[in-house]
Amino acid sequence: MKILVGVKRVIDYNVRVQINREGTGVIKDGVKMSINPFDEIAVEQALRLKEAGVAEEVIAVSIGPATAQQQLRTALAMGADRAILVETDEEVQPLAAARVLKTLIDKEDPGMVLLGKQAIDDDANQTGQMLAALWDKPQATFVSGLELADGKATAVREVDAGLETIEVTLPAVFTVDLRLNEPRFVKMPDIMKAKKKPLETVAFADTGIDMPPQIENLGCEPPPKRGGGVKVDSVDALVAALKDKGVL
Amino acid sequence: MARVLLMAEHDGQTLNVSTARALNCAKGLGDTDIVVFGSGASAVCEAAAKLDGAAKILHVDRAENAHPQAAIIAPQLAALAADYDYVLAPSTTTGKDVMPRTAGLMGLPQLSEIMEVIDARTFKRPTYAGNVIVTVKVPEGITVLGTVRIASYVAIGEGGSAAIENVNTDAALPDHTRFVGLEASGGDRPDLQSASRVVAGGRALGSKENFDLIYSLADKLGAGVGASRAAVDAGYVPNDLQVGQTGKIIAPDLYIAAGISGAIQHVTGIKDAGLIVAINKDGDAPIFEIADIGLVGDLFQIIPELEKAL
Repeated sequence: MKILVGVKRVIDYNVRVQINREGTGVIKDGVKMSINPFDEIAVEQALRLKEAGVAEEVIAVSIGPATAQQQLRTALAMGADRAILVETDEEVQPLAAARVLKTLIDKEDPGMVLLGKQAIDDDANQTGQMLAALWDKPQATFVSGLELADGKATAVREVDAGLETIEVTLPAVFTVDLRLNEPRFVKMPDIMKAKKKPLETVAFADTGIDMPPQIENLGCEPPPKRGGGVKVDSVDALVAALKDKGVL
Repeated sequence: MARVLLMAEHDGQTLNVSTARALNCAKGLGDTDIVVFGSGASAVCEAAAKLDGAAKILHVDRAENAHPQAAIIAPQLAALAADYDYVLAPSTTTGKDVMPRTAGLMGLPQLSEIMEVIDARTFKRPTYAGNVIVTVKVPEGITVLGTVRIASYVAIGEGGSAAIENVNTDAALPDHTRFVGLEASGGDRPDLQSASRVVAGGRALGSKENFDLIYSLADKLGAGVGASRAAVDAGYVPNDLQVGQTGKIIAPDLYIAAGISGAIQHVTGIKDAGLIVAINKDGDAPIFEIADIGLVGDLFQIIPELEKAL
C-alpha cells in the first residue's frame, strides 16, 4: 500500500505573525517557515505504518511555491520515500488543493491519504474532508488513534463530546490531531540522504484541474484587544466583585 | 428574503446550545430553517422549534443518522442545500467534519468559523490562531456555505413555535463508515463547550489529585471544568478538557483561571468569555493582562476559601 501525505509550508508556529502595512496579508519575508505541525504528525504516522510493515511507500506532497521543496526535503529526511511538489506562487484555497490532491490520487492509487487536521495559517480545516468527498471515500477527522487490519482502519477521533471511535473501509482520508504521535527529530545523516531522494515538480497548471470559485480576501486586522481589569486583594473582595458584576 | 439552512448540533436527545448560538448569526442573514439529522430525535426537534427565530424545523429521520458521520450526513445536507442561499453549521467538531465534505460534494468553497457578518456576502473569520482576523467575500451567484464560530455569538433564547416537518432526501448513503463507540468524558458536569461557567486549572495545581480542588469549586458553582495545555500535558486531566487554540475555544459568562499563566495559546481560547477571573501567585503572569478581576495569591488557600464563601 502507498500512503500519500500532505505537507504544507507555513510560518513556523513559534513566530509571532505580523500583519503587513497595507493590511492585505501577513509578512512572510525573512520569516521562518516550517512544515505545518499537524502535517508533520501525519508524516510521522505514515512512517510508523511503513515501519510496521503495513505500507510500502510514503509519498510526501506539497502544493505551493518552489521554496516548499524545503519542507518536502524535511519530510524526506524524516523518512518519506519520495516527494511531489505542485508548484504555484498563487494562494491555493482548500477546494482547489483537494482537486489537485485528487489528481495525484488518480495517478498514484494510494490506500490512505494522511493530512493534518488543519493548517495553522488559514485555520480552514477543510482540505481532507473535501478530498474525501471528491474521492467518494471515507474520512476520519481529528484522529488521535489509528489501527489498521484487514483492509479497514479503526480511528479514534477527538470530538467535542469525548473520544469517538469509527471504523472505515480503506482507502480513506485521515486528518490527524495533535495527540496522535510525537514526530521524530531529523538527524544530520538523514538530511544528507534526503538530498538524493526523488522530488518531482509539477506545474500547477499542468494538473488540469477546474479552478473552483475563490473566496476573496478584502483585508486583515488584529483581533480586538481585551483590556485588563482590576486586582482585588482578598477572597471576600473577589466574591463582592463577582456579585457586583452580576455573575453570582 | 434570503433562505438559510442551519444544521442542528445534538446528541440524539438534547439540542446542543451551539445551535442557538449559530442561529443568532444565521437569522441575521435570512429566514432560517433548522435541519435535524437524527434517528428518532423528536425531542431535539421540539427544542429547536422553541428557539426564537427558527422559521421551520426539518427532521430527517433515518436509522443511519443515529451518529453524525460526515460521509452519511453530507450527501443529505447537499441534497437539501438546493433550496437555500446559505447553509450553515456551528463550528463544533461535527460541523467541521460535515460542512467541508458537503462543500466538496457541491463543488463550492466554504467559510470556516464566521465570527461576524458584514453584509450578505462579506464576513470576518479568524486565521493564524485568532491573531489575524480576515474579512472575506464569497463570490456572487453561489450558495454560501460556512461554519459559525460559536464563541462569537450568544445563544438565542426560547419563545418561538416553529413547525416541525419530516423530510427525506433520496441521497444514496455509503456503508464504508461505521460508528463503533463514544467514550464521553466529564460525567454529570456541564459540557465545557456549552457551560455558562467554567473553572480551569493549570500546571500550578501540581498533580492529578490536587485537581480535585478545581472539580470541587466547579461543582459548587455548577460550572464546567477546563485546563491549560500544560496541565493536560502533565497528565493531570484528560485531553478533552484543554482550553485554547489547540483545544476548545469557549465563551462562558464566567471563566475562573486558577494557576494558569496565560500563554497566548490559552488566551486565544477564552478571549470571548464574559468575565475572566485570574488567580495566580505570580502577579506578573500574562493572564492578568486580560483578566477582568485578578487575585494574586496561593490557589491552594484561595480556592477552598472561595468555595466556602460562595
